[in-house]
Formats: sequence, C-alpha cells, structure tokens
Amino acid sequence: MLIKRRTFLKAGAAAGTLPLLGKTAAADEFKAGYVYVGPIGDFGYSYQHDQGRLAADKALGVKSTYVEKVPEGADAERVIRSLADDGHKIIFTTSFGFMDATLKVARDYPDIYFEHATGYKRADNMATYNIRFYEGRYIQGVIAGMMSKAGVVGYIGSIPIPEVIMGMNAFILGMRSVNPQGKIKQVFINSWYDPGKEADAAKALLDQGADIVAQHTDSPAPLQVAAERGLKGFGQASDMIKFAPNAQLTSSIDQWDNYYIDRTKAAMDGTWKTGDTWGGLKAGMLKMANYANMPDDVRKAAIATEQGIRDGKIVIFKGPINAQDGSAKVAAGQTLNDGDIASMNWLAEGVEGDLPK
Amino acid sequence: MDSAVFVSVILSVISAATPLLLAATGELVAEKSGVLNLGVEGMMLVGAVVGFAVTLTTGSAFLGIVAAAFGGALMALIFSVLTLTLLANQVATGLALTIFGIGLAAMMGASFVGQPVDKLPSLYLPLLTDLPIVGRILFGQDGLVYFSFVALGGTIWFLFHSHAGLVLRAVGDSHDAAHAIGYPVIAIRYGAALFGGAMSGLGGAYLSLSYTPMWAEDMTAGRGWIALALVVFATWRPLRLLLGAYLFGGITILQFHVQTMGLGIPAQFVSMLPYLATIVVLVVISTDRSKIRLNAPACLGRAFHVTG
Amino acid sequence: MRLEIVPRGERSRLWAYGSPILAIALTLLTTLMIFAVLGKDPLESLRVMWIDPLTARRGISELFVKGAPIIMIAVGLSLGFRANVWNIGAEGQYVMGAIFATGVALYFYDVETFPVWVLMIPAGILGGMVWGAIPAFLKTQFNASEILTSLMLTYVANLALLYLVVGPWKDPEGYGFPQTRLLTAAASSPHLIPGTRIHLGVVAAVIIVILGWFLLSKSLLGFKLKVAGQAPRAAAYAGFSTKSLTWLSLLVGGGLSGLAGMFEVAGPIGQLTPALPTGYGFTAIIVAFLGRLHPVGVFFGGLVLALSYLGGEKAQIALGLPAAVTKINQGILLFYLLGCDLLIRYRLRVVPSKRRAA
Repeated sequence: MLIKRRTFLKAGAAAGTLPLLGKTAAADEFKAGYVYVGPIGDFGYSYQHDQGRLAADKALGVKSTYVEKVPEGADAERVIRSLADDGHKIIFTTSFGFMDATLKVARDYPDIYFEHATGYKRADNMATYNIRFYEGRYIQGVIAGMMSKAGVVGYIGSIPIPEVIMGMNAFILGMRSVNPQGKIKQVFINSWYDPGKEADAAKALLDQGADIVAQHTDSPAPLQVAAERGLKGFGQASDMIKFAPNAQLTSSIDQWDNYYIDRTKAAMDGTWKTGDTWGGLKAGMLKMANYANMPDDVRKAAIATEQGIRDGKIVIFKGPINAQDGSAKVAAGQTLNDGDIASMNWLAEGVEGDLPK
Repeated sequence: MDSAVFVSVILSVISAATPLLLAATGELVAEKSGVLNLGVEGMMLVGAVVGFAVTLTTGSAFLGIVAAAFGGALMALIFSVLTLTLLANQVATGLALTIFGIGLAAMMGASFVGQPVDKLPSLYLPLLTDLPIVGRILFGQDGLVYFSFVALGGTIWFLFHSHAGLVLRAVGDSHDAAHAIGYPVIAIRYGAALFGGAMSGLGGAYLSLSYTPMWAEDMTAGRGWIALALVVFATWRPLRLLLGAYLFGGITILQFHVQTMGLGIPAQFVSMLPYLATIVVLVVISTDRSKIRLNAPACLGRAFHVTG
Repeated sequence: MRLEIVPRGERSRLWAYGSPILAIALTLLTTLMIFAVLGKDPLESLRVMWIDPLTARRGISELFVKGAPIIMIAVGLSLGFRANVWNIGAEGQYVMGAIFATGVALYFYDVETFPVWVLMIPAGILGGMVWGAIPAFLKTQFNASEILTSLMLTYVANLALLYLVVGPWKDPEGYGFPQTRLLTAAASSPHLIPGTRIHLGVVAAVIIVILGWFLLSKSLLGFKLKVAGQAPRAAAYAGFSTKSLTWLSLLVGGGLSGLAGMFEVAGPIGQLTPALPTGYGFTAIIVAFLGRLHPVGVFFGGLVLALSYLGGEKAQIALGLPAAVTKINQGILLFYLLGCDLLIRYRLRVVPSKRRAA
C-alpha cells in the first residue's frame, strides 16, 4: 500500500527550537494549522486562504494542516485546541467568528502562535491580520464612474457589517471622484454563500437600471449575469476572468500568500511578535486583476489610482465626505483613522438603501 | 416598468423556479408511490457536480445532463435499496442521503472548482424568438426549462390518465391492496424513487449548467429542501407544484426589487417573504380538509414487506 | 440461490443490540477500504477517526458537549414522531430558544449578583415553544402541513437572528461585527468540571433522557403516543384527540429545541451570532430514528453521531483528509445503522430454489 503523505525535508530552523506539546507530532517537524469557515471548494474566501497556505508550504517546506467548514460557534474552540494539542506551532484562524475561541485557546497555549483574521482581540501570542479590501473598491469605483453610462452601479452585499459598508463607501467615493452624480443601488442577499441568489440579485439590480455590477459576495455568478447581458462587472476574492472574459473589468484579489509566508517564517525563526497587520496594495496583500474590457483612458486612470493609493497620495477616507442624507460626515482636511474605518456604520452620499439600525 | 424590464424579470423568475420545479416533480411522483425521500438536496448536489464534470470533460452539455440524471438516480438507488429492500426508515435514510451527497459531491468536484463551462444554449427560432415580450420568454429558453414543463405535463398525464399511473397511485395509497391485486409494489416504488432521483439530478444540473454555470461546493444552498416543501405545498397535485415553484421563485426575485425601493424595511425581513408567502398560501389552500386527504398518499413513508 | 427476508414473529432482543454492533463493524470495514483507496494507512486512519477523539485531552467531555444539544432536540422530536407529527423545523425552534434566552441575558446585562441563567432557561423553552406553536396552530386550525410550515419557519428564524445581530442587539463595543455582547458570567450556563467545557446543559440533556424514558414507559401519555403512532384509528376510538397530540408534540419538540439553543448560547458559544444554526435540528431527526424513537436509544445515537463529527475533525487534522471524506463516512455509518435494523424484525433466509419472488 502506498502512503502518499508527502515527506518534506525538515525546515532547518524549526528543528528543536521549542518543545512540542503533541505526542503524535514528530519532534523535527514544524507544523502550521489553518481553520477555515467555508469549504476550500467555495472558490471564494476560504479558497483564497488555502491558496495562501499552499504558497507558504511551498516557500518554506512546511507541513501544514487545514480544517475546513468549521462552524463559527461551539465547534471552533475544539478544533483550534485539537490543532494546538497536535503540535501545530502556528495556527491561523481565518474568519471573524473564530475570534473568542482563538483567544481562549491562545491563553492556554502560551508557546503557540495564533493568528486571527479580521478580528480585533489580541494577546501576546495572538496577532490579527486583515486586508484593506476597500482600496480595491475605490479603484473599482473610479473605473465604474468612467464606464457607467447610467451612472448607476448595482452592488451586491452579503450582510451589512463594517467590512461591507466601508467597501461600499470607498466605491462611491472613487466613483464620485470622476462622476459626482454617480450612484450605488445596493441589495443584501443575507447569506454568506449562495451563487443562485447572487445571480438573482445581480439580475434585479440590472433590471433596476444599473449597468455595472459590483459584489461583496464570493461567487462568479453576478459577473456571469453581467456577461450574459453584455454589461460589465467586478470580480471578488480571486481573478474571475475565466468566468467572464468579456465582462470582468478587474477583480480585487485576496493575496494572503506573503503574510502567511512571513509569519510562518517568523514563527520558525523565533522572531514572531504579536501585532495587527492591515495590509493593502502596498503590502502586497491586495492585488488587482488585469484591467480588462475598458478603453485606454480608463485603464490609465485605474493604474494611476492604484499607484496613488500605493504611494499614499490618494487617501480614500479623507474629508470632505458627506453622509447619505447630505450632512457632513468627515470635515474637509480630516482623515478617518483605522479605528473609524474598521467600525464604519454609516453610508456615504450616493449610496441608496438603508442599514439596519 | 417598461417591457424590456418586464421580460427580464420574468426570465429571472423562470431561472429561479426551474430547478425547484424539476426536483419537486420527481419527488412528487416518488411520494405518490409512497416513497418519502428527504435526500433531495444531496441528490441535487450530485446531479450538479456530475452534470458539470461530464459537460466539461466531454464538451457535450447533452451528455452532461443525461449523466446528471443518472447520478441522481444512482443516489436514489442507494436510498431505495435501504428503504425498500432493507426496510430502513425513510425519513432518516433520506436525511443521511443528503449528508452523504454533500460529501460525495464535494469530493467529486474538488478538481472542478474554479473552472468555467459554457452556459446551456438557449433556443433561437428566427422571427418567433424576436417577437416582442413573449418571444424570449416562450421561444428563448434552454432545454432544461422546456423539459421541466414537458416533465410536468408528462407527470400529469402519467399519474391521472394512464393505467400505469393509476397503479402507482394505488401502491402509494394502499400497498397491501395493490399487492393483493398482484401489482409489484416494491418494483413500482423503485421506479418512482429512481425517477425522483433523476429529476433531482436534473434540477442540480440546471444550477451548475444554466443558472450559475460553475461548480462550487454546496451550491444548491438549500434548494432541495424548498423542493421538498413545495410537494407538500402542492398537496401532491402537479399543477399546484407549478404554481408553488413560480410563486416561490417569483417572490425570491421580487424581494430584491423591494429592497432597492428603499422602503425602510430591513433587508432581513424582506428576505423572509418567500417563506412567509408559502406558509400563507398553504394555509389558504389547506382549509378544505377533504381534498387534501384525497391527495396525500396514505402509505407515504411506510415500509412494505410481503408476508407469507 | 438467493437471500429472502422473512419476518420474525416478534422483535429480536438479540438483534436489538446486535444490529448497531454489526453496523459499526460494517462501517469500519467499508471505511478501511476507503482509506486504502485514498492511500492512507487504514488502521491508523481508523484509530484517528474513532479512538483518538476519545483519548484526546478533553475527549470524552467534548463528546458530551457536542452531543448534548443534539440529544436534547432528538428526545423531543422522537416523542412527536411516535404520534406521526412531522416537526422538521427543530432548527428554527432551536434558534428561537437561543434568541429568547439571549434577550433575557441582554435585558439583565448589568445584573451580576443574580444568576440570570435561571431565567434564561424558561425563556429558551418558551422561545422554542412559540416557534413550535405556530405549526401546531396552523395544523389544527387550518390543516396546513407541519412539514412545510415548520421548515419554512426555520428560514424565518434564521433571518430574524440575523436581523437582531446586525441591528438592535449588535454589540455596541464590537466594531460593528454581527454578534451580541459576550454573555456575562451570571448569564452563562454554570461550568461543572474545571478544565473541560462540561456545563449544566450536558446534565440537563441526561435528565431529559431519563424524564423522556419515564414518560414513555410509565405514563399514560407515553401509551397514548405509542397508540396514536401505530394505530391512529384505534387512538381515535380510545378518545385520544389528534389535535392535542399535535399540540403536545410540537410544544415538547419546540420547547426542548429551544432549551438546547439556550444552553448553546449560554454555554460553549457565549453570545448570539449568525453562526448559531449549524444543522443540529436536522441531525437530531436522524438521531431520533437511530435511537428508534426511544430516549435511551437517542442518547446513544446522539453520542455516536457526535463521535463521528469529532472523528471527522481529527481525520482532517491528523490525516489531511478533506471534510468531504468525513461527510461520506458519516453517511455510510448512518446507512449501515439504519439498514441493519432490518435484523430486529426480520431474518435472512437462504432460498435455494429459483422460485419467483413472492
């Protein structure tokens, strides 16, 4: 019988640095653990994390483990604990709902490094990380502002949380920077994952007069709808150009690779420190897919915007910004800090629709 | 609403209703024979992945669709062996089939994630398809949409106008009597259950080949459950099934339009509409007790074994 | 030569216990083959899936923590299934129980001295009962099938949960994330064994199993339920009203589901989040039948299913198997368990002749 388990060369630095807790783990193996909320076959959020995991494994010769489809409730703590008991030296918990479970386990395992994505609770051995997805949304907004004939973008949201809201606001700010009359029509599908409903929502938005689709949901379904109608849209999480070769303008690609490589390496070297990483284009954590299906001037503007954000010349949440009702939200000259952005619960002028109170 | 938007909304509703109608039609036939298979979600997923995989590898959507029906039927075969031959409890076995199907589909589909496939081609008839309003709605659909209606019509004819259908209903209403007359109860139920599985497979294939042409894990997102509920909603009458599937699909689409109107109603409440409307309509049509009794197969979910 | 299935005169006591053992043996054999095909060491894989979860640190306690809500819900459902009341919306009743209980916890958020969880228990039960009462009302008044109404209400409950956690009940210090505040110590289900997650809810599940057993075997109501399920017409002659049995089934099933929801938020989860519904309400239906609609059977069925979840996690961690394989294994286990029950009522006979099947 063949045992297909890949045998990796032991990573030099890992050998015998710290005592391993698990009894089943070989002492010379550095193991990294990943906890995903979705299936890696979702071709979206969890899929991208897994791409990052594979990149880190390859770069560092590390043996990693993943557990997928872990519910963000009572089960998370057990899974994280199992990984810790099993000798994993660094554990990435990749969804917001794992926050408190990660913190609990981190307290019990001071020698293991924990990394929690998109949360805000930290400890000496628990760091947080996230991507500035909103930077990509601003660029998308600029493109949409120049491309949309109707001046109306249909925006599909999952659930109204700050992550989604800041994306919508960044989008409208980008859009209004080139078309002051630009508008977003939004719809929430109230589900993290349902390709069919995403498609339904896209159709409804296009029927309501939008001529470009943007999405904060993971599947290529909305893009496919846009393509079918000869309209344009934006991808999400990964490059979806294969699904809509004539419709995808660009896509905000989650790029966890470098972060996973750096942090795993730091854990192996013993140089790991806690902290909060919120990286965007500049840090290489967010990548824009090839600007396609647009005239040259739009492409140039998109590239310039991307460069501007990278250089810090464009600050997205810088006043004056008006709230939805036209009242001043951010005064001229003022800039929102990361805390304000991370907890954003208001819609900017130009976004139609309500938020739950 | 101008006519182009009207047409587009109708087309969206048809897309949303078709997978439900396909799967529910199959389940209705199975239930009419007395087989209650709660594994529709699992059978749909297997149909979706098989249909996608075969279409992508052979390049033939037709083969893909046939394979999807076959895949769904194979799932139903597992169910049938357990419940009809080994007399296992139907409710529990159906639920177990869903768990099994979710896993099986995910495993089969692992290498197909992130790959595009061409959408099922739509019918195009010169002149007819170009007719205003009705053109695209009547003459511009893909094969599975037309098939969903053909299957429904065929089911009506079969159940209520053919001798075989009469026998099937007899088996569902009183397996002991049907057996006494000499009908092969178990064989008929096998046939009905396999038909149900095949139709669920087609419902799944519609998702992965037409509705959203791709494969992603768990992409049915609960539509199998809705299909099951629609059979109850229809009180086992095929025409009411049509009403139910289009009502549910229609309100699903409508909720997004309502959301964009800015009525100040939280989106979560608007999303409740399809479920609440289904309950309300069921209540309205259920009040006449005698009619439901006549329609519900008396032996639904009950095991049959020949004694002596 | 072929096999024929012949009914026994009465239920076989031997196979009542033997069939699950045979089923587990067959499952092990089948999974051995699956592992072999997947290129894993079969024996090691079996150990990882079925033994490691129990020998791991906190293993046994985690088994009970995982099994408790499923068992609680399944005991309630099995009573109803005996009376042919098809409540398949326990998931929604579970969510409603959690919502009601959290409402109490948030209302008394500042109370530190009084054990708020004591009030959350009736609130959770009430929440589940309310959500069970709607199908009961629609069934008894309008004849609307509880299969459809209870299932549809599950979706409504999930959306209500979502509305609350992104809207009015959102943690004001939670940076806008969709969840309530963490429940206070006073509003938490008391932890019973230090170093584990065993909490009051686990004990409650055991008590409910005992109560359910008592109810079923010693009380008139249990007798009524049995008769109503097996011979509805006889039950009607005997004066048992199907209406009251419908109400009773849905209220008990709903109440226990609600209680399970309450203990999950007050126990291992610690707050209301959109991730609360994980399908326990549906799993419990399987468990009810695995346990042959008997509370004691449900208890063991629930533990077996909980073990299969835990083993699935271990298999992902130690063997690198995808979640899909563990789902397939779970399906196979259930197929065998359900299929082998045949042997309780029937026996297999080898028939040598070519006689046509009867």
